[in-house]
Amino acid sequence: MGAQLRLLRRRISSVKSTAKITRAQELIASSRIVKAQQRMQAALPYEREITRAVTGVVSNAASVDHPLTVAKDNPARAGVLIVTSDSGFCGGFNANVLREAEALRGLLEGRGLDVVPFVTGRKGVTWHSFRHREMGGQWVGFSRKPAYADAKEIAQELIDSFKDENGIDEIHIVSTEFVSMLTQNVVVKRILPLEVEETEATDTTVIPPYFEFEPTAADVLESLLPRYVESRIFTALLQSAASEEAARRRAMKSATDNANELMRVLTQEMNQARQAEITQEISEIVGGANALADAAAGKE
Amino acid sequence: MVIAKTVDGEIGIMPQHAPVLGVLVEGGVLRVKREGEGDLVAAVHGGFISVADDEVSVLAEVAELGSEVDIAAARDALDRAQASIEANQEDADAAIEAKRARARLRAAGEEV
Repeated sequence: MGAQLRLLRRRISSVKSTAKITRAQELIASSRIVKAQQRMQAALPYEREITRAVTGVVSNAASVDHPLTVAKDNPARAGVLIVTSDSGFCGGFNANVLREAEALRGLLEGRGLDVVPFVTGRKGVTWHSFRHREMGGQWVGFSRKPAYADAKEIAQELIDSFKDENGIDEIHIVSTEFVSMLTQNVVVKRILPLEVEETEATDTTVIPPYFEFEPTAADVLESLLPRYVESRIFTALLQSAASEEAARRRAMKSATDNANELMRVLTQEMNQARQAEITQEISEIVGGANALADAAAGKE
Repeated sequence: MVIAKTVDGEIGIMPQHAPVLGVLVEGGVLRVKREGEGDLVAAVHGGFISVADDEVSVLAEVAELGSEVDIAAARDALDRAQASIEANQEDADAAIEAKRARARLRAAGEEV
């Protein structure tokens, strides 16, 4: 009995120290979400303006045939940028992204395309190298705090491959969108070639004004499009960073809750064991005393 | 009035200007003339200017307000860039550096 009591005590103390770690992780993640959200907000105006400018050029100058806007006749290869995290402890965050990426892969292969994955984040890179999947590019080390330079580097690689004859013909991006503290969705977007939407004009649609271009529409587009791709990738990285922290907070919160529940059950079990031990000791003493008394009575 | 430098030359934008989308030069100075207060000056390195619906937006990768320029650091950068241009005429990076440093100094109101 004594051994079981000691065992339970040891388990309780180990669960308690785990709970302390997960609780600390939860608090760290919560404070990081706020910062990640602020960075996300700060990048919004630039993205909005650049999207407006691209829309302006494309809808004004229908005659502009830029290699980055025109879909190729026989696309052979598609590049997929997969945004994952560098560190774990964030629940199903990476699994969700990778599952969606696999679904997209199936879809693209169904259209007869070869899929070239470009991966950011250590978790996604490990996932691909473990399966011996060849990657078009891999970047690690900035998933928690992406800088614009990181997005620029990725965009450069993708655009170079897109412009190359034997490179990729489409660019898709799989990342996690930060909706709120509680909701993050995995989204799949095609960034190049641009998707032109033919929409019916309604009361609320804003028709882009007729722009004049300095120097020409083609030149503007030439320097605008790489910036646009960079900005889209940067937004995806920032959203993913915020989502990662939110997922981590949630995972660590449920780990802490579980540890507390386990501690409660174990404490109860331990008390029972202790009670049983005491009861046994008492009955042993009483039994022993009775036996002695009986023996003494027999002698007289 | 907003004055900016595009690759075609200087452009001045008054209220009611027609929509324009222009590519800005590397190392340009942007000037916003305001009524009743001093000009707002900024060094803008590359990027775009877009004018639509009486609204001017400047999209730049790197920009710095004239009042926030560290003049000593900018002068230092200019000297270094010029030294490396003298050492190597085809140093494209140094030429861009020099342009940027000049723009920052001009934005801060210094003579270059």
